[in-house]
Amino acid sequence: MLEPAQLPQRLAQLEARYPASDPGMVADVVRAVLGSMRGDLSANDTALLSEVEELAQTLAAARAEIAALQPDDINDSHIPSATDELDAIVAHTAVATDIILECCEKLDELGPTLTGAAGQTVQDVTTRIYEACSFQDITGQRITKVVATLKAIETKVAHIIGVFSRDQKGGLPVLAVEPMGPAAHAPASLMNGPQLPAAAMGQSDIDALLASFD
Amino acid sequence: MAADKNMNVLIVDDYKTMLRIIRNLLKQIDFNNVEEATDGSDALAKLKAGNFGLVISDWNMVPMSGLELLQEVRQDARLKSLPFIMVTAESKTENVVAAKQAGVSNYIVKPFNAETLREKIEKVLAHA
Repeated sequence: MLEPAQLPQRLAQLEARYPASDPGMVADVVRAVLGSMRGDLSANDTALLSEVEELAQTLAAARAEIAALQPDDINDSHIPSATDELDAIVAHTAVATDIILECCEKLDELGPTLTGAAGQTVQDVTTRIYEACSFQDITGQRITKVVATLKAIETKVAHIIGVFSRDQKGGLPVLAVEPMGPAAHAPASLMNGPQLPAAAMGQSDIDALLASFD
Repeated sequence: MAADKNMNVLIVDDYKTMLRIIRNLLKQIDFNNVEEATDGSDALAKLKAGNFGLVISDWNMVPMSGLELLQEVRQDARLKSLPFIMVTAESKTENVVAAKQAGVSNYIVKPFNAETLREKIEKVLAHA
């Protein structure tokens, strides 16, 4: 862009290149253009420009702050670590549940050899244990939902990092972001997973709903 | 009518621990002829090849869900009247309604107990 101090020199160059032109006319045109610019740069325009400049500064500050937070760690370390821990919980509880079930099955085999009420007591107790062991399935499904949420956060963080990692040429970041939100996780087969107890229907609610169809 | 406890029962779940639990609970209520499948497509192949009197299926499975299995069963000329109990953690109204519309015989929400399982099986088989 031409600096004001360079203007006389540039005008002289133009006069030399176009000797037939009237310098007075050129000056008039320049004055008209400058006058027009002053007219365009009204108080509103100046305020707008100022706001745009502030916005640019805010974005630059946000970019610096996000960089300082080392967001790459979230995706490179924190979230993978959290999902690994959750997977380990599922694996450990699965092993423990299988051991409990194995012990229960051995007790069941002993049941018929016991006399009196003991056999029935053993069966009642093992039944309760089998029922309780279904916790493993429910907790596994809940943890799967949490892992899905963490992966959604991971995707969003990747998106933010992408937006604030524009290269020096000013090119837009190339993002490979999967669509998120409930629609992305609600396939046609209606698989929602277990609901929280406060929001879930119990067996009696379901029985009543089924009966309403009869 | 008393349930025929010698019938073949197919239990379907992609979680082996759950299959083991249901098998043991069925054993507690004297259903001993139990076969297992780990998803809807596995179950459908076994149902078409075998002779079962009852299906107890989870919903949340891949590649074929319990709902899709139910729909396939109801469209099959030989299997369409087969008693089918959904045992699932899916407890939203929309799930129950979708299962009912697909022709489910009964619906048990996890976690469940042996008494609920026995009651639903008897009810379903009484209407079979």
